[in-house]
Amino acid sequence: MKALPHEARRKRRVAIDAALLFVVILLVVQMWLLTATLESYLAGHKSVALPGFLASAVLFGACVAIYFFVDRLDRAPEREEQPHGFGPWDIH
Amino acid sequence: MEAPPGSSKKPLWTEEFSVHAADDRYVLRRQFTKFLTLTSFGMLVGNGWIYVKSLLDARTRGAALPHAPIATSAEVPVGGVKLFRYPTAQDNCILVRTADARLVAYSQKCTHLSCAVVYSSDNRRLECPCHQGYFSIETGRVLQGPPPRPLPRILVEERDGQIFATGIQMQQEGA
Repeated sequence: MKALPHEARRKRRVAIDAALLFVVILLVVQMWLLTATLESYLAGHKSVALPGFLASAVLFGACVAIYFFVDRLDRAPEREEQPHGFGPWDIH
Repeated sequence: MEAPPGSSKKPLWTEEFSVHAADDRYVLRRQFTKFLTLTSFGMLVGNGWIYVKSLLDARTRGAALPHAPIATSAEVPVGGVKLFRYPTAQDNCILVRTADARLVAYSQKCTHLSCAVVYSSDNRRLECPCHQGYFSIETGRVLQGPPPRPLPRILVEERDGQIFATGIQMQQEGA
């Protein structure tokens, strides 16, 4: 059982934190997009509904891509070799 | 039941209680990301709903609005107000005679949060009592307060002692 080098773990943590921050930014943009589209729609500008929907779909796609990235990175074991009987009851 | 000493088999309780209570409350980064992604999906559904609604509106827009009798001329003297519903029973509107030959009508829903606006004859304006949003009685544009848009205008005609609603005019801010 050999732990990953400290530098590799740090890089992974930074990458995940950056990805999380990016998702939050995308979400804020998407919230703004939804309110702006709704406001325009209520003001009678019906033509903005389709571009708003497409832009929202692109942002959602980016969120999904980042989610899979974080999921894959976060699932990777912290150690090169999986300890036997992995669980909180194991004392290492 | 404890596993016999020297046995590599895990104790039974670890199968029944596989996670510590503290760990159960712990939210993983990927769980948090999943939650954010689901929120993003909710936003997408919202935008999709607006798009579908705009398509449905476009389908019904082709049909001309009805000419509906809303009041008799005698019912609305100068400075008088008449509430009516147009084009459907859910759409409350307000008709005001501002001068002898001048009738104006607007949707009664405030463009801020849909409270019903009322006519203030002293100030000659439509007022929303919820958040003090004021609209011009002549044009329907916003004079003060949080409403973001003018009130939709109801087109009216007066003929043979009868007042008819003939259509709706959406107004843009600054118009």
